[in-house]
Amino acid sequence: MILNAHDLTALAISVKLAAITVLLLLLIGTPLAWWLARTRCRFKFLLEAVFALPLVLPPTVLGFYLLMVLGPQGAMGKATEAIGGQPLAFTFSGLVIGSMVYSLPFVVQPLQSAFSALGSRPLEVAATLRASPIDRFLTVGVPLARSGFLTATVLGFAHTLGEFGVVLMIGGNIPGRTQVASIAIYDHVESLQYTQAHMLAGVMLLLSFLMLIVVYAANGRFNPGNL
Amino acid sequence: MSIEARFHIDRGDFCLDVDTRFPRRGVSAVFGPSGSGKTTFLRAIAGLEKSDPGYLKVGDALWQDETQFIAPHRRAIGYVFQEPSLFDHLDVRRNIEYGRKRVAEDQRKVSVDDVVDLLGLGDLRRRFPHQLSGGEQQRVAIARALATSPAVMLMDEPLASLDEARKHEILPYFQSLHQELNIPMLYVSHSKDEVMRLADHMVVLHQGRIQATGNVADVFARMDLPLAHEPDAKWMIEGVVADQDAEFGLSYVDFSGGRFAVTHHDPADHQRLDLGNSVRLLIRASDVSITHTHAADTSILNVFPATVEEITQEGNAHVTIGLLLGSNPILGKITRKSAATLGLTPGMDVFIQIKSVAVLSSSKR
Repeated sequence: MILNAHDLTALAISVKLAAITVLLLLLIGTPLAWWLARTRCRFKFLLEAVFALPLVLPPTVLGFYLLMVLGPQGAMGKATEAIGGQPLAFTFSGLVIGSMVYSLPFVVQPLQSAFSALGSRPLEVAATLRASPIDRFLTVGVPLARSGFLTATVLGFAHTLGEFGVVLMIGGNIPGRTQVASIAIYDHVESLQYTQAHMLAGVMLLLSFLMLIVVYAANGRFNPGNL
Repeated sequence: MSIEARFHIDRGDFCLDVDTRFPRRGVSAVFGPSGSGKTTFLRAIAGLEKSDPGYLKVGDALWQDETQFIAPHRRAIGYVFQEPSLFDHLDVRRNIEYGRKRVAEDQRKVSVDDVVDLLGLGDLRRRFPHQLSGGEQQRVAIARALATSPAVMLMDEPLASLDEARKHEILPYFQSLHQELNIPMLYVSHSKDEVMRLADHMVVLHQGRIQATGNVADVFARMDLPLAHEPDAKWMIEGVVADQDAEFGLSYVDFSGGRFAVTHHDPADHQRLDLGNSVRLLIRASDVSITHTHAADTSILNVFPATVEEITQEGNAHVTIGLLLGSNPILGKITRKSAATLGLTPGMDVFIQIKSVAVLSSSKR
């Protein structure tokens, strides 16, 4: 095995974090993207700007605010303590929340543009064929936006996998619990362990490349003309 | 039994304001130029467009009034859009079954096999939409709508996106539709030929308002509508093939005002002019000429007595004449000079000579 146990654990935490984050984001982001794509609400642009913030904010800024909110003195920290839990900062659950905020636009935006590209016609057709609103969303909206779902899943996953600043701010780099692969690489470089840094970095590179290959190959295939 | 519709939809730059009633059988055309509100009208019937206030009753089913608005998916409609709009992710069979599966079992009167046969889709069942031609796609869309056993079919220019050849591929299917399934149809079109070929009843829309309603043959011959005054105005008459003359390649069509001799223009006419078929004949107003006497020495076969009803000048050189042929209102277009020479006035009995008659459509009795 090219990776030692310590690095493997960090990689496993990264993958687990990315998987859970993407799953939760798909659950929340799908209705959100659907609403954003369909609404004629005048203040839609405000919400879009809010949801795009993680794209432009420095991760440390985002991490700092999350730390304030999730820590023992923050609103959510107090809330979790009130129900008998621990503050979320420096825990895996805290990482999941942070990653969800950080990766939200990477899941919502591909979904929103896929839903917008659908137009209203297929849904109107489904309505005239007796499908209720939820029925037409599930049987027409979702299948026709499948390439958007794939893109959202892979981008959300890959982006969470590569996250560094936010995790460092709220995760605290605790080996075995909150130390993810990207931070493990940084540690290796800091302590001049270049071979181990190479190995882990190589694995990350390969993983990211494979995921992008899947997206582009599948997007080509999903294009009805090429089926 | 009828379809009663009152809609008022105001969009600032466009306003649809209609109050009409359709018979709940046969084909009713919604006719008008583009921008006249035909599609908006049809969408309001489907519930895709909200009219406030509005009223819609189809037979016994109240779909909209002051207090209620039945959502589109709860209305027993079959809607065919201008573009086929098939679901790309489903094959032909599953496209057709999509709506049918969602209809209560005791409401399913039309079988999938019926619509597949009727629209000639037997070999295409396993294909995906992108593997079909435009005409085939539109046939699938029609089959899909029919398979829900709708109380009314709503067709929004279903042929508009197709070229001439594809149109002629689909038109015969339409003609058999209401004969075989007995589902009333509202058919939106801006094509006079389509309306005359398919429809029994029609509504003429102009700038969001109803300009005329009535029997198709009557509306096209009405002198108070712009249709009659267009240079290529046509009129239509229905009759039954009563006799044939194989030696001269002629069929004789009886109508309420006499008997037409019809020549066979294209090979399809032989079949269309089978003895006993009821047919629609199309005549251009400019192919009608007028005489005072029944000339025996003319090459024209179709000569009938008629009565002048109304004369309108068109430009400097022409007139449009509304006549009664038996009980049928018809049109003629001649030069103003001829009208003056003949001394035509309303109420005058004349003879009309019809140079050319085309068979629009035919159906077995």
